[in-house]
Amino acid sequence: MKTDELVTLLATGGGAIETNPVARRYTLSLGWGAFGATLLMAILLGVRPDIDAAARLPMFWIKLAFPASVAAATLVAATRLSRPGARLGGASGAIVAPMLVIWLYAAWVLLGAPSAERAELVMGRTWKYCLLGIPTLAVPVFAAALWAMKGLAPTRLALAGAAAGLLAGAVAALVYALHCPEMEAPFLGVWYVAGMVIPATAGVLLGPFVLRW
Amino acid sequence: MDNHGRTNAREQELRSRLVRGLAGDAAAYHAFLKDLSTHLRGFFRKRLSGLADEVEDLVQETLLAVHNQRHTYDPQQPLTAWVYAIAKYKLVDLLRRRAAHERRNDPLDDEQDVLAHNDAEAATARVDLAKLLMRLPARQRLPIVHMKLEGLSVVETARLTGMSESAVKVNVHRGLKALAAMIRIRQ
Repeated sequence: MKTDELVTLLATGGGAIETNPVARRYTLSLGWGAFGATLLMAILLGVRPDIDAAARLPMFWIKLAFPASVAAATLVAATRLSRPGARLGGASGAIVAPMLVIWLYAAWVLLGAPSAERAELVMGRTWKYCLLGIPTLAVPVFAAALWAMKGLAPTRLALAGAAAGLLAGAVAALVYALHCPEMEAPFLGVWYVAGMVIPATAGVLLGPFVLRW
Repeated sequence: MDNHGRTNAREQELRSRLVRGLAGDAAAYHAFLKDLSTHLRGFFRKRLSGLADEVEDLVQETLLAVHNQRHTYDPQQPLTAWVYAIAKYKLVDLLRRRAAHERRNDPLDDEQDVLAHNDAEAATARVDLAKLLMRLPARQRLPIVHMKLEGLSVVETARLTGMSESAVKVNVHRGLKALAAMIRIRQ
């Protein structure tokens, strides 16, 4: 087939197409992904029994706001990485900012604590659950985010995969926070971040294979 | 008009054709793709100087990619950046596949190809899309043949194939995506 024939083939009977599929695909995929993560959390872990009392403490809301802001910034980055030639702009800075804030807060807490208590502030009592729980809850969100990307056209596949993974990790951390009994910033700064970085790393490795077009 | 101004005017024209094409104007879309194919040919020819045979294949593969991914173009975005990112992605993908191919096969086997290069053939692709098209499953092939080769409408195609109108559209879309995937495997 000559190129001119291909041009005619492609142009014939095209019709109008949907103009903003990015928003629709991500809304759909994040909705299902978050639903899947919440379902997994409810079945495998359960909501913390003292959630009524905990919700009166500011730290409970900080624990939700931290992954929520990482998720929001990563969502912006992911939608940009889904379209050829779109610039990341300030999105990477917006991802790092909440992490810096939580680390500063954690450092402040650690410096103010007696040295004997510092290890406990970092390790908590449930770090193993956290390290396993967040990546597990991230699985449905990760699959959904990759599906959203695959219907669009990412050109930087490892970076796009990383964004899908980090988005999944951040949404999973948000859901996991409803179960997690830990209330200290140093714990969040280490284990929540680690829980988000694991799916992001998986995304770097899987992106070039899964997202090719 | 200086060089920059010319490029800008060309961008404006191409972009307005694409935008009209996305809104359903088939003639504008045809003009956009035709114009784009000459730009792509120049772009790839400069970057594939040792691989003249690959140029037309890559032009066709990129046109198909541009068409399949046209829903990812945001009219607020410069058209050049969007097209360049797709062309570069397809170019890098081709070079990577060739490198993997050469690692598996002794490149000296290509010796007898030296005399086979022929400039007159440069405008013909080696991968024949028409043949690949015939290898698609019937549910994808028939809507493409009726709508895109014979120029029938969605309604007529739906009546001929017994599919619903939305199934016709979905299968044309899936068929063209499958075609793009077949090109990648063949090369």
